[in-house]
Amino acid sequence: MSYYHLTAHEIHSMLANKEVKSKEVTNSVIERIEEVEEKVDCYLEKTFEAALKTAEDVDKKIAKGEEIGALEGVPMALKDNLCTKGVPTTCASKMLRDFVPFYDAFVVKKINKAGCPVLGKLNMDEFAMGSSTESSYFKTTKNPYDPSRVPGGSSGGSAAAVSAGEAFFALGSDTGGSIRQPASFCGVVGMKPTYGLVSRFGCIAFASSLDQIGPFAKDVTDCANILNLIVGNDPMDSTSLNIPKVDYTKALKVDVRGMKIGVASDYMNGGVDAEVKAAVLNALEVFKSLGATVEEYTMQAAKYALPAYYIISGAEASSNLARFDGIRYGYRTENYENLKELYENTRKEGFGTEVKRRIMVGTYALSSGYYDAYYKKAQKVRTIICRDFGEQFKKFDFIVTPTTISTAFKIGEKISSPVEMYLNDLCTVSANIAGLPAISIPCGLDKSGLPIGLQIIGRTLGEETVLRAAYSFEQSTDYHKNRAKL
Amino acid sequence: MKITREDVEYVANLAHLKISEDEQDAFVSDMENIISFADILSGVDTGDVEPTFHALELENVLREDVVTNDYDRDDLLKNAPSKHNGCFEVPKVVE
Amino acid sequence: MKYETVIGLEIHAELSTATKMYCGCATSFGSEPNIHCCPVCLAMPGTLPVLNKKAVEFAIKAGLAMGCSITRKGKQDRKNYFYPDLPKAYQISQLDTPLCVNGHIDITVGDEVKRIRINRIHIEEDAGKLLHEGVGSGTLIDFNRGGTPLIEIVTEPDIRSAEEARLFLESVKAILEYTDVSDCRMEQGSLRCDVNISVRPEGATEYGTRTEMKNLNSFRSAVRAIEYESKRHIEELEYGGVIKRETRRWDDDKGVSYSMRGKEEAQDYRYFPDPDLVWITVSDEMISRLKAELPELPEARKARYINEYGLTAYDATQITNSKFLADFFEKCVACGGAAKAAGNWLLGDIAKILNEKSLEPSQIPFTPAHLARLTQIIDDGTISNTAGKKVVEELFINPRDPDIIVKEKNLAQISDKGALLKSVREVIEANPQSVSDYKAGKEKALGFLVGQTMRATKGQGNPQLLNTLLKEELDKI
Ligand SMILES: [Mg+2]
Ligand SMILES: [Zn+2]
Repeated sequence: MSYYHLTAHEIHSMLANKEVKSKEVTNSVIERIEEVEEKVDCYLEKTFEAALKTAEDVDKKIAKGEEIGALEGVPMALKDNLCTKGVPTTCASKMLRDFVPFYDAFVVKKINKAGCPVLGKLNMDEFAMGSSTESSYFKTTKNPYDPSRVPGGSSGGSAAAVSAGEAFFALGSDTGGSIRQPASFCGVVGMKPTYGLVSRFGCIAFASSLDQIGPFAKDVTDCANILNLIVGNDPMDSTSLNIPKVDYTKALKVDVRGMKIGVASDYMNGGVDAEVKAAVLNALEVFKSLGATVEEYTMQAAKYALPAYYIISGAEASSNLARFDGIRYGYRTENYENLKELYENTRKEGFGTEVKRRIMVGTYALSSGYYDAYYKKAQKVRTIICRDFGEQFKKFDFIVTPTTISTAFKIGEKISSPVEMYLNDLCTVSANIAGLPAISIPCGLDKSGLPIGLQIIGRTLGEETVLRAAYSFEQSTDYHKNRAKL
Repeated sequence: MKITREDVEYVANLAHLKISEDEQDAFVSDMENIISFADILSGVDTGDVEPTFHALELENVLREDVVTNDYDRDDLLKNAPSKHNGCFEVPKVVE
Repeated sequence: MKYETVIGLEIHAELSTATKMYCGCATSFGSEPNIHCCPVCLAMPGTLPVLNKKAVEFAIKAGLAMGCSITRKGKQDRKNYFYPDLPKAYQISQLDTPLCVNGHIDITVGDEVKRIRINRIHIEEDAGKLLHEGVGSGTLIDFNRGGTPLIEIVTEPDIRSAEEARLFLESVKAILEYTDVSDCRMEQGSLRCDVNISVRPEGATEYGTRTEMKNLNSFRSAVRAIEYESKRHIEELEYGGVIKRETRRWDDDKGVSYSMRGKEEAQDYRYFPDPDLVWITVSDEMISRLKAELPELPEARKARYINEYGLTAYDATQITNSKFLADFFEKCVACGGAAKAAGNWLLGDIAKILNEKSLEPSQIPFTPAHLARLTQIIDDGTISNTAGKKVVEELFINPRDPDIIVKEKNLAQISDKGALLKSVREVIEANPQSVSDYKAGKEKALGFLVGQTMRATKGQGNPQLLNTLLKEELDKI
């Protein structure tokens, strides 16, 4: 029997009702992985044995008549920038190809504690820098809807795994759109929570002020359950919020009556693909039919968000990635006579081109003479973007944009032009800059059968509104029921 | 902003990245493209705007001064490419 | 031409917290390498810093004790550079919002009180240690010290001589000790200083070109380095040379400084606010609480010693410069010791022995009560001052009640008039020439006779009594 196409909450009901065992479910997903992984290439490391062990433990618990958590016994997988004790964590980089952490990321602890069988570690762009997984040192993951296309990135492996039925859910990280863009490309739900809501401890940093861990799921209900699991204060992360616990599943109501939706016109015009635009307009009609009102507005700083993002993220990355020096862990060159050569050749050989590019740009933006013109300027623009959102959220309950301006592109199509690749993040980065919660949910397929994503952005800690809006749309449409045919 | 080979060399030196001769030109043009892309920021009027370093203005997240370390040195050292006598090792540092 | 030396100091003091700045590892000295380390202080991927509350409080206390204003909203910044002892390849420090600003310390130079302004005090983390004893030609790294909380105290260029620098450093050390902010163990490198130095013709208003010497880890080497470097600058200028702005290395063994050319890489630290950390805000309430926790500071204690105990300004400074010494002194007085005498002993014989044995005042093996008793038995004539010196020596060897020492070593003074008179008469009889010299008005002869009586009593005769008796007997002749 195959279960891989079901949602996590469907599996949960079956487990709770003793209709199936976690071990069977886990084995069925393992079979699915063995069947399609050749075409998808989303796993960097498989931990099936440990997953089965966890599944057995959950089965024992169920057999004893104990109650299980919403995701207990539901097999999942992790982006490979989340540290896992005893399991290689590579960030898809040659630099860390042999790195085995002896500590778990905060979210990994949560997942383990919740009894989720962890199937393995998922491919990504190297150090989460990219929009296609093509910058992975190991391999390029393919889009389950069309293996000649990218799954998006940087959490492309996480999106593809859920889309292909190779995991019921997954965790990824989003610095400029790295959860939402691949979710959109692969036709799954992906959410970036408010900055600080999920601890970053153990998530190998790309850009500290922007990085946020979040769920990949098959539907909004699963997304809310995952959020319930991973949200919480962590004393090991100074930027982790210490706020009362919220049950996000309570937000799952089809009810947007009277809500005001802002549509950022800047993201609806210009470079947006006609089919994508049509799908978003259609989605707005759905919201209207549910009693919401829609108003277009102009986001003053829209065109500045992306360049500001590339400066800020590059600057932070240049410093965050300086620790990879071949001394305490990670790759070390064989090509050195002295310390300087050890540093320079280790970093030359250990990092891929895109990572080096970002380190270079970030170093430049912080260097003497350019700090004010680039780094500080970008942080001032950030203030303007935050203020702009502040103004909009006085009027609107949530903001809608396409997640990406086009559907999944061909592998190799954009790799030669960094700036063109960066445009993938056009609609998503501003939520990172302002630390806002944002979700991407499926809202249609284009003519080639590729998924289109709808982005819903909420105010700070407005997760419940975002989830409710997403759920209302999802329950009124069938887009979330699409499955990749592999 | 025009990026020169000297800029690339200067930045590569700061970042401790070796850039080989044949990569130089690619880095010059890539960096120039990206930096030029960011030059649009100079058009934003940020006269009296303070920079935002964090979207959330948190303050005073502090830990109590209590020892909590319980790691095994073997674990701490196990990923090291070169070690000796409980220490990490590098080629001779000239001070 | 006459020159004026202009000196500014940057002092790094390790804070006496139990744990490191950003993780729960113990701060320690002299343990096995890399024992007090964790994923955070080894900068393992994915780890994050969380600031030690105590470190912030200590830094603010130091600032309050040095008359600083406290910054109400501060951030922490990354100083980026590669070095094997710096695991993150950046040091978390503070660039433009140091916790404390605009303070001062007053020092007494000769008879004059001079104010040395403090520009800033900020918090930062220490680096690990390089050990040059790897296999073959390698260097080993021990990160036990890495991440230890430091404050960096930066002065204005108000110091004008090596002597002023020494006085200032002693005051800083005293304040940090009094406030328990740092234990200032120089020998363990918990107090280090960088010296910025320049010279200019006397009366000039512009500063000369300055050089910097880093990581001087004792007051002595700081003083020597300043003396050397100031002389070097003056000679260079006298011979028509120019001073190059550079960082120089002080070689304490050879007593010279030399240029560190070659090591001088582009110093572009690319400071920016650390996005892993949040604002430090300081409330009025916190400031008043920390103020209330401040103990009596060295300046106040010094004034009290002068007024209450009649100590000289010099002695009071010497004692109060060491918190341990001052506490010892106060306990001694509290046990009934004579203040002035106790001070003299502490700064005299006791200091001399400590110095000979290269011990710190905290290593004095006997108790304040022992010293108190010593001053009492000298005061009441039980022993002589000379015997007192023997008691002190004995206290260092085998600390015990001075009364017991006096008994065991037979140091008691003879104050029995009869016994002493006998010796006096014997001496007069044995030295007729000296007696007649004295009678003839040669005062010198008296001294000789006194010496002879002391010798006759094996040095135990009460000298004042002997003197009186001798004079009386001689007058009878
Ligand atoms: Mg410093
Ligand atoms: Zn530590």
